[in-house]
Amino acid sequence: MDKHAAPSNGSRQADQIPTDLLTKIDEAVTHYPVSKRSASLPLLHLWQNHFGFVDDSGINWIANRLELQPINILELVTFYPWFRQQAAGKVCIRVCRTLPCALAGSYEVRDAFCKAAGIDPNAPPHGHSPPVSADGKFSVEFVECLASCGSAPVALVNDDLLEDITPEGTAVILSQYN
Amino acid sequence: MKSLLLPPHPKERRIVFKNAWTQGYTPDIDCYVKNGGYAELKKALSMKPEEIIDEVKKANLRGRGGAGFPCGVKWGFIRRDDGKPHYITCNGDESEPGTFKDRYILHNDPHQLIEGMAIAAFALNVNLAYIYIRCEFPKAAAIVAKAIEEAKAKGFLGKNICGSGFDVDIYVHQGAGAYICGEETSLIESLEGKRPYPRIKPPYFPAVLGLYMSPTIVNNVETFCHVKQIFKIGSDEYAKMGTPGDGGTRVMCVSGDVMRPGPYEIPAGGVTLGELINDVCGGMKPGRKLKAIIPGGSSSKILRAGETFKMKVKGPDGEMIEKEVPLLDLVMDSSTLAAAGSMMGSGGVIVMDDSRNMLWALNNLNTFYAHESCGQCTPCREGVLWIDKMTTRMVNGEGIAQDPATLKNVADNIAGRTVCAFGEAASWPVQSFLEKFPEEFQVASN
Repeated sequence: MDKHAAPSNGSRQADQIPTDLLTKIDEAVTHYPVSKRSASLPLLHLWQNHFGFVDDSGINWIANRLELQPINILELVTFYPWFRQQAAGKVCIRVCRTLPCALAGSYEVRDAFCKAAGIDPNAPPHGHSPPVSADGKFSVEFVECLASCGSAPVALVNDDLLEDITPEGTAVILSQYN
Repeated sequence: MKSLLLPPHPKERRIVFKNAWTQGYTPDIDCYVKNGGYAELKKALSMKPEEIIDEVKKANLRGRGGAGFPCGVKWGFIRRDDGKPHYITCNGDESEPGTFKDRYILHNDPHQLIEGMAIAAFALNVNLAYIYIRCEFPKAAAIVAKAIEEAKAKGFLGKNICGSGFDVDIYVHQGAGAYICGEETSLIESLEGKRPYPRIKPPYFPAVLGLYMSPTIVNNVETFCHVKQIFKIGSDEYAKMGTPGDGGTRVMCVSGDVMRPGPYEIPAGGVTLGELINDVCGGMKPGRKLKAIIPGGSSSKILRAGETFKMKVKGPDGEMIEKEVPLLDLVMDSSTLAAAGSMMGSGGVIVMDDSRNMLWALNNLNTFYAHESCGQCTPCREGVLWIDKMTTRMVNGEGIAQDPATLKNVADNIAGRTVCAFGEAASWPVQSFLEKFPEEFQVASN
C-alpha cells in the first residue's frame, strides 16, 4: 500500500476503535438495507473524522466489516480527494481555488494562510498529503469550488465555512483556532 | 454562512428562497409547520400518483441542476407498477464553479426539500430515498439529518406517513470531494460505494437502470423544493410565472466582478443579462467595464461584452422575425441562452471586468477540470491534463505560436468522445475562450 503513509506511532488504528465509533458505524450500515457496500463512504467518513486519516488497518477493517475486499475500500481512498492516508493538521484549512474565488484573491489568501501558519506555499497544491506546519497544528491546501462564490474568497476551516476572507485577516483566523 | 437579509429586489420573486431569507426563520420542524409546512404533502397524499405527475408536467418545471430536463417528463419514465423497487436520490453535490444555492436551502429550510422528496416518493412509489450532499457541506448534512429525524417523529416520513399507508425513508449520504459525482450516473455509482465512474447511456438511464439497477429518479435540491411549491401555488399559476416550457422561478447565482454578488430567485425569463448585472447586482465595480460573462456555470460557453446575436424574436405583427440582439439584452432563459450559443446550465453567472486576463481565467478553469476528470475515458483523462499543462505554460510566458491551435484541437477531440458530459464541460470553456478572445491567446512567433 502507500509506502509514504505516515507511521501512526507504530500503532494500528483498527486496534483503537472506541465504542461510540462502533455504534455510529453500526447505525450507518442500517441506512443501506439493499447493499452494505453503499456504506463504504459513510464508514470512511466516520473513520477519518475520528482518526484524522485512514491507515492500512482501517482499510482492512472497513472492508471486513462490509464483507468486501480491501481493494474495494483502498480504491475509494485513492480516488476521492477528501480521504487521506496521512494526517493533516489538527486545524485543516481548505482554501477554494476555483475561478470566482480566484477573481476575489484566493491565491493571495492561500499564501497568507501559509505564511501565518509557517508553511511553504510552494508545496504541492493537490493530493492526499497537504503541507502541515512543523507543530502539526495547521495544514493549508487548495480545494476546488466550495459552492459559495457569492462571498468569495472562502475557505473551509475544519467544519466552518469562512467567507469574504482577506489576506490580512488570515492571522486572526488562525489565532481563533489555536 | 453569510446571511444576505436584503429585501427582495423588485425583479425577484422568492418562492423556494422565501423561508431561507426570512429573518427569524429557523430550520426546525415547528417553525416549518407553523408556516404551513407539510400541508402540500398531505394534499398530495390525497391525490392519485398520476395526478401528481401531471401537475408537475403542467407546471413546466425544468430540472435546476444544469441539464434543464423537464421534471414531469423524467418522472413519467417510471412505471409505478412494474414490480421493481424504485428509488429517488436528491443531488446535493453542488460543485459547478459559479453555482451556490444549495447551502442556503439545506441550512435554512431543510424541510422544504424533505417535503418535496416525500411528494415525489409517493408519486413514484418509492420507499427508500437518499440525499447526496457533498462532504464540503458538513453542517448542512447534520442539519438535514436532524430534520429527517424530526419529520419521522411527526409521521411525515417513515411508516404509514400521515396515516396514508405509504412508507418512505430518507437518508443523508455524504460525498467525498469529487465534482464528477454531480453527474447523475456517477452519483449513483458513488451511492453504491464504488468509484464514481459515470455509466454509459444507453442503457443506464437512471429511470430504467439506476440505483441497484432499479428505476431511479435523480433531481437537484432546488428542483425538489420547486415540486413542493407547485402544490402550494398550483401548477397553472406556477407555469405562468415563467416562459412557455420553462415554468416558475429559478435561483441565479451571480459571482465575480459585480457590486452585489449573490443568489437571486427570479421568474424564468424574468430578466435580461443586463438587468441582472446592472440592476439586480448593482453593476460593475467603480471604474470598471464588463468584459465577459460565463452565464450558466463554469462549463457554459463564455460570452463577450459588446457581441450581438442573431435571434428569432416576435415582431410587431406577432410573426417571428430575425433580429440582432446585444449581449445585455439576452433574456435569461434556457432557449435564449441556447440560441446565443451558450446555456442557462446551473444558473451560475460569473462576471469578469476589463481588468481580467482571459488566458489566466481559462487556465484556472482548466486546472479545475484536470483535477476533477475521473479518468475513465482516455480523451478526457489525457486531454484535460494536456490542456491544463498548455495554458499553465502560456500563463508562465513559455507559450509557443501553435499553442492556440493545439488547444483547440485537443478540446475538439474530447467533446463528444466521452461517456459523460464532463468531456463537453471541460472542452466548451477552451473552445469558447479561444473563439471569443483570440487576441489574448496569441503567442509571438518564436
